[in-house]
Amino acid sequence: MKKLVLGLSFFLVLSFTVCAGAKTLKVGMDADPVSLDLHVQLSGAMLQLSHWAFDPLVRWTKEMTFEPRLATRWERMDDLTMRFFLRKGVKFHSGNPFTAKDVKWSFDRMKTSVDYKGLLDPFDGCYIVDDYTIDIKTKKPYALLLNMSTYFFAMDSKFYTGTDANGHPKDTILKIGESFALNNESGTGPFVVTKRQQGVVLEMERFKDYWDVKSPGNVTKFILTPIKENATRVAALLSGDVDFIYPVPPQDFARVHSDDRVKLVSVAGSRIITFQMNQNRVKALKDPRVRQAIVHAVNNVGIVEKIMKGTATVAAQQGPAGFAGYKSALKPRYDLKKAKALMKEAGFEKGFEITMMAPNNRYVNDAKIAEATAQMLGKINISVNLKTLPKAQYWNEFDAKAADMMMIGWHSDTEDSGNFSEYLVMCENKDTGMGQYNSGYCNPQIDGLIIAARSETNLDKRATMLQEIEQILYDDAAFVPYHWQNHSYGAKKNFQIEPIVNGMNFPYFGDLVVK
Amino acid sequence: MFAFIIRRILQAVVVMLVISLMGFAIKNNIGDPVRDLVGERVTPAERAKMADDMGLNDPFLIQYLRFIGHAVKGDLGRSFLYNKPNLEVISQHAPATIELLMGTALIIVLISLPLGVQSALQPKSKLARFTMSFSTLGISMPVFLTAILLIYVFAVHLQILPSFGRGETVDLFGNGYWNTGFLTRDGLEHLILPCLSLSSIMLPLFIRLIRSEMMEVLETEYIKYAWAKGLSPARVWMVHAFKNTLLPVVTVFGVQMGITFAFTILTELVFQWQGMGFMFLEAVQRADISLLIAYLVVVASVFVLVNTVVDIVYGFINPTVRIVGTR
Repeated sequence: MKKLVLGLSFFLVLSFTVCAGAKTLKVGMDADPVSLDLHVQLSGAMLQLSHWAFDPLVRWTKEMTFEPRLATRWERMDDLTMRFFLRKGVKFHSGNPFTAKDVKWSFDRMKTSVDYKGLLDPFDGCYIVDDYTIDIKTKKPYALLLNMSTYFFAMDSKFYTGTDANGHPKDTILKIGESFALNNESGTGPFVVTKRQQGVVLEMERFKDYWDVKSPGNVTKFILTPIKENATRVAALLSGDVDFIYPVPPQDFARVHSDDRVKLVSVAGSRIITFQMNQNRVKALKDPRVRQAIVHAVNNVGIVEKIMKGTATVAAQQGPAGFAGYKSALKPRYDLKKAKALMKEAGFEKGFEITMMAPNNRYVNDAKIAEATAQMLGKINISVNLKTLPKAQYWNEFDAKAADMMMIGWHSDTEDSGNFSEYLVMCENKDTGMGQYNSGYCNPQIDGLIIAARSETNLDKRATMLQEIEQILYDDAAFVPYHWQNHSYGAKKNFQIEPIVNGMNFPYFGDLVVK
Repeated sequence: MFAFIIRRILQAVVVMLVISLMGFAIKNNIGDPVRDLVGERVTPAERAKMADDMGLNDPFLIQYLRFIGHAVKGDLGRSFLYNKPNLEVISQHAPATIELLMGTALIIVLISLPLGVQSALQPKSKLARFTMSFSTLGISMPVFLTAILLIYVFAVHLQILPSFGRGETVDLFGNGYWNTGFLTRDGLEHLILPCLSLSSIMLPLFIRLIRSEMMEVLETEYIKYAWAKGLSPARVWMVHAFKNTLLPVVTVFGVQMGITFAFTILTELVFQWQGMGFMFLEAVQRADISLLIAYLVVVASVFVLVNTVVDIVYGFINPTVRIVGTR
């Protein structure tokens, strides 16, 4: 009993102290990071955490330009090398000073991570010039060096070196099992993790010695709670239990919009939703006219309007506006008459039967989009045998190319057009890893262009090449384009979230102003 | 008697083996756990290597025997999703579910007893009629609908109760296992809506059960005799009638709590209540087959244990059970 009273009074005291003059931010999201170790998984939730507890060399702004973070400026030395000048006087959460050594250490560690290996393949290495200068080298000229530098978060090399209580090295990257970095962090970021319970809560407090004193952010305590159920997440915002939610599901848009206490902020994203057509499984799909007919039969404008409730941008190509490869001349192609004519021309007036698969919990309204597509294809006499699966099962079916048409959404890791093509449309090559998510389209002409664009450092020339790729894919009807998903955030009115949310879905809460 | 006990225990072991075997048989249909552990950019070769390291590619029998080998030592493996030993994950989630059930049981008892008795004693009163018609409504509403309705009324519109989660909890034993919501005002407030929605499925049943049992008892000879003896109504109702009403009610209560446990999954999902049901759903969705099997084994062993103990106790109380067993 004594213990109980003691515990109660302790909590009372605690709740009072927390209230005093602090700005608390309570966030409800659909997922929480799986670890405190940045390099353990390449996923949205992990990158979000990276921006809260750590800092990259440079980061994307909302307008897709580069903003100096741990690097104050950078200079191209030659075709292969970029020199970064690092910020001085930066401290890690542990108190250790930040130097070039930490950048190199983090870079080298990242290279050993299975999730990042592929992305870092073009890189040769990281070389220390002096304590606050560093050279990053690529194997071949690489136009996306700066884009990739947004992934170079600095970990505290001193903190993560040595052995932990169990005698294991502290720098181990472990997906399953206890590792030091799983539960301990020391970054330079605006927030220090104070409590973490996987799937339950992640609590952070503002880092007192944060280097970015110019940041207007005034959040002192930040609590992230994963809320899986859409209806509950929206209710939590409307009832005032949380201050910020992501994502707001399309069906609740009107409701959040109409409430005076909260606001809805939508940012155009760059994740393209497509269906791929497997030419190796179905002969008819080898005929570009049939593929064109399918693309013409799919009313993606209607899908965005009716199913996505306008929370997406209709697409006719892979990369959205603002990307180097974007070609504004490529317009959505819905035209049922033309689709029927094309089918007739190709000799498939009577149609044929195909199988289709899509996930049902991976993308926004993925199963509904697939169902609508199946109906639309019915109008040109293609009868579709549709199966939707949870993502835990879907990806293995995708790998096995188990259906004639398969849905895939893709977000470019480099925020650049090339990345789409490398994974989605290049001929599948198990050795190079190219075309890893391509189920049955192969065009050597495009492959050549993609590889050439990869090492082209003249940005104008490169953009022309990337646009040419989009044009060929469009003419060839390589895939069925749908839309780019928006990111939709809900927040209380006094949380000024507009400047801190962006198309990458990395809310920069360190800079959030709460009135 | 000794032989009887041994036989019962052996039977329990066989049941456990069968259940774990069934869990193992379905595990490959849930999905690929490696996929959930890595980002989408990881190459198939790397994934295959991981699956190899995790022992997922071994023959079924070897995997199963390895699991049994560890299990007898009390090690049920490690959760892929939570990255902790499965038993730790389960025992950290169990208190939330137990507290939810306790709160629900409390609500059921506190509401169904007075209402059931009242509607049996004064079946024609307005309150009794209201109770009866309302309970018909309650019995036909799915629990997640009730839950969402309650959230929208009490959390969004009236804003008097919180919408999700467990609120402020107190670490009961100081070791991080049992975090209770019963000791803080905030924690209690968070308990109200989930408990109400969970009890909504059982409440009508119990009100009706108590009412009909009580009415039946009131018609029996000994009650008539009690009236004839001139006892006060309070004594007849509460001491003579009510006591005997309770017997079947308690039996049903035990069974129904087991069913309520199954309904916690939906309630926990809607309220983001971090209990075993929520954990189970997460494990299914994220293909955490290791945790799923451990969960199955733990839940099954609780049931098997309870049943075995009951059987053995029965054997002591009623020797005929033993004789039938030796047939």
